[in-house]
Amino acid sequence: MVDVTPADGVPPAEVAEMELYHPHSWWTKYVFSQDAKVIAIQYSATATAIGMVALVLSWMMRLQLGFPGTFDFITPEAYYQFITMHGMIMVIYLLTALFLGGFGNYLIPLMVGARDMVFPYVNMLSYWIYLLAVLVLVSSFFAPGGPTGAGWTLYPPQAIMTGTPGGQDWGIILMLVSLILFIIGFTMGGLNYVVTVLQARTRGMTLMRLPLTVWGIFTATVMALLAFPALFVACVMMLFDRALGTSFFMPAIVEMGEQLQHGGGSPILFQHLFWFFGHPEVYIVALPAFGIVSDLISTHARKNIFGYRMMVWAIVGIGALSFVVWAHHMYVSGMHPYFGFFFATTTLIIAVPTAIKVYNWVLTLWRGDIHLTVPMLFALAFIVTFVNGGLTGLFLGNVVVDVPLSDTMFVVAHFHMVMGVAPILVILGAIYHWYPKVTGRMLNEAMGQFHFWVTFLGAYLIFFPMHYIGLMGVPRRYNELTATTVMTESAHDLNAFISIMAFLVGFAQIVFLFNLIWSIRHGREAGGNPWRATTLEWQTSETPPAHGNFGKELPIVYRWAYDYSVPGAKEDFIPQNMPGSFGSSREPA
Amino acid sequence: MAIALVLVLVVVGSVLFHFLSPWWWTPIASNWDYIDNTIIITFWITGVVFAAVVLFMAYCVFRFRHREGNQAAYEPENKRLEWWLTIVTAIGVTAMLVPGLFVWNQFVSVPSDATEVEVVGQQWQWSFRLPGKDGKLGTSDTRNVSPENPLGVDPSDANGQDDVVVEAADLHLPVGKPVKMLLRSIDVLHDFYVPEFRAKMDMIPGSVTYFWFTPTKTGTFQVLCAELCGQGHPLMNGVVMVDTPEDYLAWLGEQQTFAQLSAPQQVGSAE
Repeated sequence: MVDVTPADGVPPAEVAEMELYHPHSWWTKYVFSQDAKVIAIQYSATATAIGMVALVLSWMMRLQLGFPGTFDFITPEAYYQFITMHGMIMVIYLLTALFLGGFGNYLIPLMVGARDMVFPYVNMLSYWIYLLAVLVLVSSFFAPGGPTGAGWTLYPPQAIMTGTPGGQDWGIILMLVSLILFIIGFTMGGLNYVVTVLQARTRGMTLMRLPLTVWGIFTATVMALLAFPALFVACVMMLFDRALGTSFFMPAIVEMGEQLQHGGGSPILFQHLFWFFGHPEVYIVALPAFGIVSDLISTHARKNIFGYRMMVWAIVGIGALSFVVWAHHMYVSGMHPYFGFFFATTTLIIAVPTAIKVYNWVLTLWRGDIHLTVPMLFALAFIVTFVNGGLTGLFLGNVVVDVPLSDTMFVVAHFHMVMGVAPILVILGAIYHWYPKVTGRMLNEAMGQFHFWVTFLGAYLIFFPMHYIGLMGVPRRYNELTATTVMTESAHDLNAFISIMAFLVGFAQIVFLFNLIWSIRHGREAGGNPWRATTLEWQTSETPPAHGNFGKELPIVYRWAYDYSVPGAKEDFIPQNMPGSFGSSREPA
Repeated sequence: MAIALVLVLVVVGSVLFHFLSPWWWTPIASNWDYIDNTIIITFWITGVVFAAVVLFMAYCVFRFRHREGNQAAYEPENKRLEWWLTIVTAIGVTAMLVPGLFVWNQFVSVPSDATEVEVVGQQWQWSFRLPGKDGKLGTSDTRNVSPENPLGVDPSDANGQDDVVVEAADLHLPVGKPVKMLLRSIDVLHDFYVPEFRAKMDMIPGSVTYFWFTPTKTGTFQVLCAELCGQGHPLMNGVVMVDTPEDYLAWLGEQQTFAQLSAPQQVGSAE
């Protein structure tokens, strides 16, 4: 690679100035906007709104599990519809959309020093198609028969049969159509994120100077572009099976005593397609969180991230490995048992780069100058929950240990801890961190502290004990546990406790939403760089940054993103666009 | 500061919960105590790692919290430490994987003296078929399923005529004899799961899947469905009774064969 980083000189101009679309009206400025920052806020607001629906659905489930038989309106059909919609919304329409469409859109152009995404018009379309996907999803609540109750994994044959809510009604069709739309919309955005990172970085911003946030979102987007097509074809094939009577996934079947007109299809083929998408999806959610939390820890501990290059390679390595582990979701699916040897080995190998990331986070704290701000608290809580959830992954990934635990509440507890609670704690910390850049004001600290403590401790108290209910052998996806003999009286009490915690944690999120709105007007003025951070988004001439991000001239990058507490420097941070050499900066290269 | 204390409490509380709470697995009733042992090994390794990481964090937060005049150290990399940690992690992971794969090898290697028992799942009940005197199960196909032939046994297969058919009733197994469970479904995915046996496997329409185990305790055990199969899923319960050999033979003698069950219908269809 050409060395573009002389310490004092200005690197050669590599990035041509971009022609921006200039909005002519209120509509093109705030609604049909091509500014990535507006699109980011649109994505985030939509994802949060649909996420609140998922939150209420989880309350309904917990009412049923904690207090069985008390609430007549939660019929078995309704329960299965609630869990299905909760799972799908959280994984796809909230987490994926918020990390990539929300944080990706806002942060990528700012952090790499670009004026905007490289294809702003396609970027705008991406959001509107996402919104359409969400609306189609929501419409299934009002369709005849209601939404699908097939579980978020949508396994055929049951997903398209009468014994499942929405199977022979509109529910499953609307779900599949919505997913297809989502993937189309995401692809438009995803191509933007990838090309922007590769082609629109400002002068001096080498790949190995990118903040880890960008590395995380970038790698996750590449993975999503490779993984979502598997889900796309699976959805199309199932739609054909349901609507046109094909038999991609449908073998000969007797339903309620009657032979169906299907034959020769393979239900397990769907599972392979689904998990070929579904496992990378876990990391599509996790890698942006890894990247963001690295930057939160580094900034608020006033210390460079430890082992930057190892962190980058760990992100890339985890991304690549995650494409060869998918069948660890299928150890008891009836696939050939010898696959178990291969997939258990690959799965446990992934633990190594993942552990390296954890070590490097905690080693960043070591000999730091730790400011216990709200974003830092969330970052610490992330490490606790991620380590906890990651370690229980070593149970489920180790094929024979998975046999008794698979399809029990242990699995539910594991994946909520590792890809629910942990990434959401990062999202929350990240919102406290970047809200001042987006609005110019700080979020209220007292509400933030309340929100943090209830969310962290409440979520831990929900999901840590839940593992033990699974260890007892209690299966997941049971709306009714009174007929299950392994479920003891005391375990029912524990379920009631978990439900109460779930309501508390949900309530804290409402306080957070109130804080988001209240602080727009009443928050303390933040200034341009309240956390005294090094990365480019904090060096904009205006806060919030205007369309085009960086005034007249694009910034020039002279150093990596982690020059905190450089010995001999006057301040404890040196922005990436600060020319000259200060103290004894030792940038890894 | 509060956070350092809370991190310590999270570790202490989690460890106490693990050892003191009443919620633990049901007493085992099969040969798969190897699986339980592998879980125990995994609990120890992961528990130590969890405690070490979180307590280290708590120490850092306490020791290196911001005070006026503090400055963080500047240390971008430390190759030796990074490699050292990587190798230790790889060793820990291997210590879990190797016994795991060893036991998995046993799990997938069915002993040659295992008797075959077929389980057929349908929304939302369990049926069973045992080989008759010839020791062989007749072939079957979902296409053959009818009210008279609920399991879809091939009527033209001589091996199937003496098969014992147990429709929507309890399964009995003799204690101490290895058994290979052949799993079929005639509609959607199901999963034959008895928590006390530790083993489970999905049932796929159009395929025959299997697992094996040896029941080691007599008694009555509940069969659960562990793969979502529609809205009746949680109520799809069954019963396996593990008997002494004498009790088992007595039960077997009372059961009807496929030929006996289909005989009246054949007369009926001839009229």
